[in-house]
Amino acid sequence: MIPVLLILIPLLSGLVTFFLKDERAAKSWSLLSSLITLAVVSSGLIIYDHKTESNFDVAWLPALGSRFSLELDGMGKMLTLLTAISFPVVFATTYKNNHKQSGSFYALMLLTQAGLMGVFLAADALLFYFFWELALIPVYFLCSIWGGEKRIAVTFKFFIYTFIGSLLMLAGILYLYFQTPDHSFAIKSLYSLHLSVKDQNVVFWLFFIAFAIKMPVFPFHTWQPDTYEQSPTAVTMILSGVMVKMGIFAVIRWLIPIFPDAMAHFSTVIIIFSVIGMIYASLIAIQQDDIKRLIAYSSIAHIGLMCAAIFTHNKIGLEGVMIQMFNHGINVIGLWVVADVIEQQLGTRKLSELGGLAQKAPTLAILLVVMALANIALPLTNAFVGEFLMFNGLFQYNVWFAAIAGISIILAAVYTLNMIQKIFYGNTVSITVNAHDAKNNVQWILIVLVVVVLVLGVYPEPLINLTKDTVNTILINR
Amino acid sequence: MNAIIISALLGVVMMFSSILIQNRYAIRNIAVVGLLILLLGNLLNTYTVYSFDIDTHNMLRFDKFGLFFNSIAIAATLLYVILSGSDIVKVGNYPAEYFALIFFSLCGITILSSYNTLLMLFLGVEIMSIPLYILTGSDKKNLKSNEASLKYFLMGAFSTGIMLMGIALLYGASGNFNLEYNHAASNGNAYNYGILAPLGLLMIFISMAFKVSAAPFHFWTPDVYDGAPSVFTSFMATIVKAAGFIAFIKLFGIRIADLGPSSIIILPAIIIATLLVGNITAVFQQSVKRMLAYSSIAQAGFMLFALYGNNDLSAEGILLYATAYSIATIGIFAILIKMKDYTFDGYNGLAKKQPILAATNTVFLLSLAGIPLTAGFFAKYYMLASALKTYGHGALWLVIVAVLFAAVSVYYYFRVIQAMYFKEGEAETSEISSNFKAILVVLAALIILIGINPSLLLTWFYF
Repeated sequence: MIPVLLILIPLLSGLVTFFLKDERAAKSWSLLSSLITLAVVSSGLIIYDHKTESNFDVAWLPALGSRFSLELDGMGKMLTLLTAISFPVVFATTYKNNHKQSGSFYALMLLTQAGLMGVFLAADALLFYFFWELALIPVYFLCSIWGGEKRIAVTFKFFIYTFIGSLLMLAGILYLYFQTPDHSFAIKSLYSLHLSVKDQNVVFWLFFIAFAIKMPVFPFHTWQPDTYEQSPTAVTMILSGVMVKMGIFAVIRWLIPIFPDAMAHFSTVIIIFSVIGMIYASLIAIQQDDIKRLIAYSSIAHIGLMCAAIFTHNKIGLEGVMIQMFNHGINVIGLWVVADVIEQQLGTRKLSELGGLAQKAPTLAILLVVMALANIALPLTNAFVGEFLMFNGLFQYNVWFAAIAGISIILAAVYTLNMIQKIFYGNTVSITVNAHDAKNNVQWILIVLVVVVLVLGVYPEPLINLTKDTVNTILINR
Repeated sequence: MNAIIISALLGVVMMFSSILIQNRYAIRNIAVVGLLILLLGNLLNTYTVYSFDIDTHNMLRFDKFGLFFNSIAIAATLLYVILSGSDIVKVGNYPAEYFALIFFSLCGITILSSYNTLLMLFLGVEIMSIPLYILTGSDKKNLKSNEASLKYFLMGAFSTGIMLMGIALLYGASGNFNLEYNHAASNGNAYNYGILAPLGLLMIFISMAFKVSAAPFHFWTPDVYDGAPSVFTSFMATIVKAAGFIAFIKLFGIRIADLGPSSIIILPAIIIATLLVGNITAVFQQSVKRMLAYSSIAQAGFMLFALYGNNDLSAEGILLYATAYSIATIGIFAILIKMKDYTFDGYNGLAKKQPILAATNTVFLLSLAGIPLTAGFFAKYYMLASALKTYGHGALWLVIVAVLFAAVSVYYYFRVIQAMYFKEGEAETSEISSNFKAILVVLAALIILIGINPSLLLTWFYF
């Protein structure tokens, strides 16, 4: 029952929200809905640990061989948890932000959540495709209506990019469908396919391009910085915190087990591109003056590492990816929260215009520093565990790749510390003279995130245990 | 049989009603009632034995596929008349005649869905087309409308000539007009009569490609669709076009192989050319109406997949496509007619002034673009699936080309959405009744329902 609830709650409450005219009503309603979703996810983690409770399967399109089939495995549990945490965090931190037509805004946010949940739960390729698109359409409207100045062109680029990817994936899904002996979209039928190497090498790319655009991996990343910059911050948090995980998740769930030969064949190429992307994005991040763009490029670098670690295809690398998917979501949302506080309060995101904020907002400074250290993956923060495992995996695959990718850690320290220094230290400037600490709701959320960062930094065991079954399934399926 | 007879009778009834009735809206209501009767007649024919029993000497054959398509076409016309009827009567001074011509055109459509000899194919095409030439020119004082009508008529006559020539050649090759007998005779020795049969088929193919505006025979489409009064463009671009495809598939579903070995190249080439011309040209349009004309060419490119795949999936798929495409396009045109300014900028800010129009228009446009959860997605899905089912690996490249063009189509469909929702402006519309909005909402709901579960429609096919 739990998987269905995870989709139904945001879907139905989202549809209701369209009709809420009052801004406060829309805000509290959507916050309530997201908290209920979180409660359901948590209860799924704690109470039920049986297979029967975590699967759901009814007939949907019998004529096409597609079923409405949901499955909650370890990776699914972790990512639905991330999704369920992110939305209340986003709603709570942006509670004081004003959105025109807030009813529609929150409705579209909740629909996005439904789509994301569906993507992480679907155990049927056609259903997966449906949710993949369902997550995209509301985001398109969110960014285009509530975004920054250049929002229309930028969001359109984002939409076209991802839509081309999805359509290629659809062609791939269809092709696989006709290869299955029982003409079915079920993930089990696809897993048991034995495609010829020639087929794999073609269809692999149809899927991978879709996922690579979503992640995004170099050279498919060009939509990302613009979109992050132009989107309203609430949406950016979801985009970078949860949505990019769709790409990584999809590679692990839908690509590796189905195309083992193509995977072995192309892994070196893809790792090379990922590593190039890491260095490239880090170098660009150093030169950014806009906080949002800086975080965007830093995010590309981190995603690049995750992509590379997946394609090393060893246990340690995959475990690292699993942990890091969750941790990156938490960390990047934390960074966006701080960026949003600064923008809402001071009206600028330019590093060159800021300075000395630590004197005026000490609590915020402390919290950001912890988040920033997590971004660099310092020991004792959650990201350290994940990155360590991933580098370890990469090292086992090829020493040189690990060495080159390692440079990005140093570069990450450069741009992150540079950002902290420019925002918080030095003399106060005219803009920051009247600054003050963040509002209570934001501070509490940040404190919670910081606690998560530290706890998972010292004790990552729960995440590893949670996703153990998925890692094993994938490695066995080779 | 019911549909053919009733639609012809209703055409006559509508003509005479203009003598007796002066009230324009009463005439529209008669047409609505007439269409309901027609739909009922066709349903009786499909699902019961209550039907006119006339021996057509096997010149017409009424199978599930054709009858089901009749129902779709009649129901779509019904929705169209309910939605845009008040605009039809405003086009000129002869409202009853317009409806009469629509009924006659429907009569041609019902023949096209049931023809069993080439002679009936020819009659069906002509009965369907001639009323359209008149409707295109019905805005008598508008030069563009006159030009469009003349152009349509000349080009139509030309293509009819080619079709007749093709039929004559086929007759020369086999000695009769029968579809199936020809096939049997040509079994294994299609070239017994030399070049006659393939050449004849090729000519029919060309003239059918002309009717469904497949490239490179599409040149009349933009001008005619643009010049004709918008209400009639809506009818031509949807129901008539779908009927053209049904006729196309009925003939070439059986005979495509007789075109000779080149058939395997001709179809993909035409599909790609049509997708290319339709999509790329639509990108550069400034007028929504003209964009829709090119988009209808692009959609034809996708419908041609049914012919290419030529299996059970393509039969279901073309019915689904006809429904999805017709409903969406009728809705978009109905909204377009209400707009004061047909350019993209004319839609600026529509979401603020007319939220329901904007929301339903968005659903229709998403459906045309083939976004999941709309009927258009499954329509495209069936088309691509039918190609992959028949040719497997060999069709993958064509499918990839097609989905890339589908991504291009997003560009121009979304320009309308952007104008409505994201741009500031004062979109001006003529007066909009709450009835009109209600029907639009029904259409949008239909699109989404079929988009969630296409079997809702297709179970009636197998009922």
